[in-house]
Amino acid sequence: MSASVLAGQGIAKSFGPVQVLFGVDFAVRAGEVHALVGENGAGKSTLMKILGGYQPASAGTILVDGKPVSLRDSEIAERLGIVMIHQEFNLAETMTVAENIFLGREIVRHCFIDREAMRRASVKVLAELECVVDSDARISELSVSEKQMVEIAKAVSRDVRVLIMDEPTAVLTGAETEVLFRLIRRLRSQGVGVVYISHKLNEVKAISDRVTVLRDGRFIATEATAAVTPDDIARLMVGRDMSDMYPLHHLPPDDAPVVLAVDGLTVPGWVERASFELRRGEILGFAGLIGAGRTELMEGVVGLRSRSAGQVTAGNGRSIRSYDDAIAAGVAYLTEDRKKRGLLVDKPLTPNLTLLALGRYGKIFIDLAAERAATAKAIDTYQIKAGDIDMKVSSLSGGNQQKLLLAKTMQVEPKILIVDEPTRGIDVGTKHQIYLFLDEFAQGGGSVIVISSEMPELIGLAHRVVVMREGRVTGTLAGAEIDETNIVRYATGLSGVGADA
Amino acid sequence: MPDTSHAANRASSARRRADFKALGPFIALAALIVLGAVVNPVFLTPGNLINVLTRTAFTGVIAIGGTFIITTGGIDLSVGALAAFVSGVMIIVMNALTPEGLPPLMVVLLGTLTVMVIGALAGLVNGLLITRGRIEPFIVTLGTMGIFRSLVTYLADGGTLSLNSQIRSFYRPVYYSGVLGITYPIIVFALVSVIGAIVLYRTRYGRYVTATGANEEVARYSAIHVDRIKLAAYALQGLCVGLAVFLYVPRLGSASATTGLGWELEAIAAVIIGGTLMKGGSGRIWGTVSGAIILASIDNILNLTGAISVYLNSAIQGCIIIVAVLVQRDAKSRP
Ligand SMILES: Nc1ncnc2c1ncn2[C@@H]1O[C@H](COP(=O)(O)OP(=O)(O)OP(=O)(O)O)[C@@H](O)[C@H]1O
Ligand SMILES: [Mg+2]
Repeated sequence: MSASVLAGQGIAKSFGPVQVLFGVDFAVRAGEVHALVGENGAGKSTLMKILGGYQPASAGTILVDGKPVSLRDSEIAERLGIVMIHQEFNLAETMTVAENIFLGREIVRHCFIDREAMRRASVKVLAELECVVDSDARISELSVSEKQMVEIAKAVSRDVRVLIMDEPTAVLTGAETEVLFRLIRRLRSQGVGVVYISHKLNEVKAISDRVTVLRDGRFIATEATAAVTPDDIARLMVGRDMSDMYPLHHLPPDDAPVVLAVDGLTVPGWVERASFELRRGEILGFAGLIGAGRTELMEGVVGLRSRSAGQVTAGNGRSIRSYDDAIAAGVAYLTEDRKKRGLLVDKPLTPNLTLLALGRYGKIFIDLAAERAATAKAIDTYQIKAGDIDMKVSSLSGGNQQKLLLAKTMQVEPKILIVDEPTRGIDVGTKHQIYLFLDEFAQGGGSVIVISSEMPELIGLAHRVVVMREGRVTGTLAGAEIDETNIVRYATGLSGVGADA
Repeated sequence: MPDTSHAANRASSARRRADFKALGPFIALAALIVLGAVVNPVFLTPGNLINVLTRTAFTGVIAIGGTFIITTGGIDLSVGALAAFVSGVMIIVMNALTPEGLPPLMVVLLGTLTVMVIGALAGLVNGLLITRGRIEPFIVTLGTMGIFRSLVTYLADGGTLSLNSQIRSFYRPVYYSGVLGITYPIIVFALVSVIGAIVLYRTRYGRYVTATGANEEVARYSAIHVDRIKLAAYALQGLCVGLAVFLYVPRLGSASATTGLGWELEAIAAVIIGGTLMKGGSGRIWGTVSGAIILASIDNILNLTGAISVYLNSAIQGCIIIVAVLVQRDAKSRP
């Protein structure tokens, strides 16, 4: 057993009068992967920002190699080898991948930036991550998972002794997660201490050596991972027993009418002649690797992306051509990109909640009182943990932002709900609630399309699963066919339309 | 769960901070008024105050429109040149109508109608180039600024366009008289401000303007027609310019290549001093109003003291703009 490289003792943190951390102890040793888990808003990100030098603690001591240090800013922390990958991206959108990886520590030769050297070094780290992005590509052109890989490359290209990862796999696919795990194991064998925050307890079980649980800003326990099951961890997090994660499948009756028919939809560059039908009361899953075009297909369906061919027809026979048509037909879309497309992070909760459905709060003048009442109601219904109704969305924890986004989407009272990675960054307890919510929504006559990169989620929730690969629908699974092996076979081209047989 | 007293406490502290930030321009204005009174007692006489506010009205009305533009994340540099151009057109139209034997009231009304229509159309052109043409607002309006400025020079043939004396004497009171001593420009400025505040803070359109500037992509995904919102903002700005010209023409009764020179900068400065974020997403109408009054007061106080040369007026205004932005940033970055 080695000594701690980085430790916090009695760490407390308050934002104004609201205390979010209460005397937490946390230590990471050299050559261990230490998982940090807890419900949304438990204080995980805040604790790590304190240990990473991004925020000052209100009380407590930070020790590096057993000696107290003061981490006034993240630069000092980085010089000590403490590097953090944030939950929200921290990349300069208009700069290239290589420029981002070397941001703030550019390679300089004779007073000039040595682009060639930076490019070569970037290509090398990206190759280690088996990441295919071009080091000259601009960040704004990348998908969320590629951005995450660039963040990771940026972090590991530094001299790191402690690597803090805040929900790194929230936006990664299974394959990318595997690559990341290989990298983490290699770092561990080199003696790096890794802090791993995640809501995916199976991953925690697979990768970590020890696990620390926080609840409501308080330290609950640190356990050897080998000695606990994911269920044990969940119980420690929530403070009670977790019942079955997924609701029973409530299949729609066989004669349930089709409420959305998509025929031969082509989104240039992304989707080729995709067709599917959605019936009333159905939960239809969409599986596929990142880049399979699921998001682009759905954005094409609701009219947010231009299409070059195909028909989308709502249940009443009307065709959907624009986003306005979609909303009028009761179709609502929850984006996968919360920060860029979902929420105005610099604004308070209320204008965010009502933005999509503002017409319901007045044709010309907004009924401000009704809006506020709706916010109070949403905070209650969706259990959004907000210290104060007037706080900015950026001060909410990641999972609570996701709950707000769901609440915003539900404001239009849709009949068809298309949700893209709905449980991204959400804790187990809340996930369960969202599953129940979607199930009840479907049973109440609504229909749901779920895009998810979490296979258990699709298997546990969906009545049928459409699998896509490289912009095409390769197959649709129903009933007992829905399992991991089948999904992977269709997603990778081993089975189904266009199989490389 | 935080207990309620905590939540309430926190709410009030957040509100206090927001209040302080929002109050910045008003505190600055109050300080300036005190300074003016100390420097020269004339400053606080009703006659002088009315004079200052009346002069504020032109750029003030334009700055209200500018607040909307900047809140969408755009900018309009063409307003000063547009004001000059429509002033010229208005004078030409009214001069042409006078010999037709129409009553002067009719002539002025038709002139005003022309001004409003041309102003709104010019704004629409800016807006269309920005939204349909996908060109940066800065570049579009820099271009149209040159165009409008050159058009008025052309119309005036390099000289000055003057309103005929008959209409002029009829039209003069719009600038020089008023109700209970308050001149019409002040009344119009006040009305435009109230309407601007109601539209920005209370209507769906205002909310959409703010959302568009805060994050265009989020707005689009919230089913907002971002292009229409922007187009309307530029058209509104054009209308505000028309209104400002309606108030301005009776003052001098003439238009030339130098009419409205620098108004765009003064209007933008008023908006920024008022606390509206340059990058968009947060607009403050009453801040703009006090920003405009601050700028006019500095001019006036310098004139009254004589201690500092009036030629340094712009330098002082420049300092105030920079200080205003610094203060806002500090208030913002506080944890
Ligand atoms: N700048 C801030 N101002 C006010 N409150 C804040 C701020 N930052 C965080 N908080 C609050 O602190 C609490 C803990 O947030 P934190 O982001 O650490 O949670 P988390 O455990 O990372 O949750 P998640 O799993 O959802 O990411 C939350 O209730 C959050 O609202
Ligand atoms: Mg977090």
